[in-house]
Amino acid sequence: MEDRSSKHLVLILAREFASNLATPMMLTDEEGTLIFFNEAAEQIIGGTLAEAGELPFAEWSARAAPRTADSELLPLERRPAAIALHERRAAHERFVVTGLDGADHEISVTAFPLFAHADEFLGVVAIFWGA
Amino acid sequence: MTIWGCRGSVPTPGRDTIRYGGNTSCVEVSIGDGTVVVLDAGTGIRALGDDLQRRSIRRIHLLLTHLHLDHLEGLRFFGPMWDPEVELDIWGPPSPLVALRDRIARSFSPPLFPIDLGHVPAQVTFHDTPRGPWSIGAAALRAGFVVHPGPTVGYRIESGGAIFAYIPDHEPALAGVILGRSRDWVSGGSLAVGADVVLHDAQYSEDEYPSRVGWGHSSVAAAVAFAQVVEARRLVLFHHDPGHDDARLEELEERARTVAGTNGLAPPALAREGTVLELG
Repeated sequence: MEDRSSKHLVLILAREFASNLATPMMLTDEEGTLIFFNEAAEQIIGGTLAEAGELPFAEWSARAAPRTADSELLPLERRPAAIALHERRAAHERFVVTGLDGADHEISVTAFPLFAHADEFLGVVAIFWGA
Repeated sequence: MTIWGCRGSVPTPGRDTIRYGGNTSCVEVSIGDGTVVVLDAGTGIRALGDDLQRRSIRRIHLLLTHLHLDHLEGLRFFGPMWDPEVELDIWGPPSPLVALRDRIARSFSPPLFPIDLGHVPAQVTFHDTPRGPWSIGAAALRAGFVVHPGPTVGYRIESGGAIFAYIPDHEPALAGVILGRSRDWVSGGSLAVGADVVLHDAQYSEDEYPSRVGWGHSSVAAAVAFAQVVEARRLVLFHHDPGHDDARLEELEERARTVAGTNGLAPPALAREGTVLELG
């Protein structure tokens, strides 16, 4: 049978939740690929979803260049989305990022993993606020 | 494919529903190699059971979309359940909390029913639907979670070059607009893509739907939009509202045909008890 896989229902519902949320929110798949962010997130990400497209984790993480207020690059083990992706647990941190448009923003991020079942990891939700 | 029940929510017998039927969801799919697949166990399964016994069918696969009563209430009166020579494989959506057998067993226990599931004579085996494709006889199947309250799946069945999608309880509009969205992001999209026939929830009129958002069902317009976005060839309107008599259903069928227009989708048709569709 031809593989006709599409987004899991949990991701579809998470996207719809984000679409109706005034708080910036982004969504990755199980590999960390950025698959959606809402309109509220556009100002911080520095572009629209149509402009950004789906971005692999390494690419969007590198572009954002998360760093401390002292301009020290934030290690992966302190980045909430990376923690949710690799350690499968929730995390929170405050740091500075650079948007796709080159503008810097100080933000607070809370990220958590999405599971459909205990052994079925689907992706990561990250909600963030301008600090 | 034979429709044995297409009413939603609750059985609705009577003279006002005689053309389309009052039994709740049950569809039989007979595969070319003799495999019998039954979709859902609404009250339509009682008459199907009699028919299967007349045909001496001893191996049956029952695929449940979910465990709401209108999809399960006929199981206790399914004749093959009470025949020790019958092997019955029951497939259903996995739940993160309670095993499929234990969830079904609730309807085989007091005060709902006098006989415990463990005392059913047939050789019954329970299976969670796999996350990937699987096969039953000559049929290739896929199950996928869809928008409906509680763990609910739809099914895709391919055999002999024909594709059939069964999504009887489904509210894809709850997860955003349907038309114009990438199919990847439409609930149930991968189950029904390119199907020869999609049997889909169309319980409400467009006027009724706004007061029933979140109940897990679709308007006829949403059903048409779903069939169009998955590029199905034919849409069968299913899960008729118990409050809709035959005349009202025919108005909804006409509305569905108007919404569908002429863009490749055959004119949508109402599911009707006793309808037999040849696929492939």
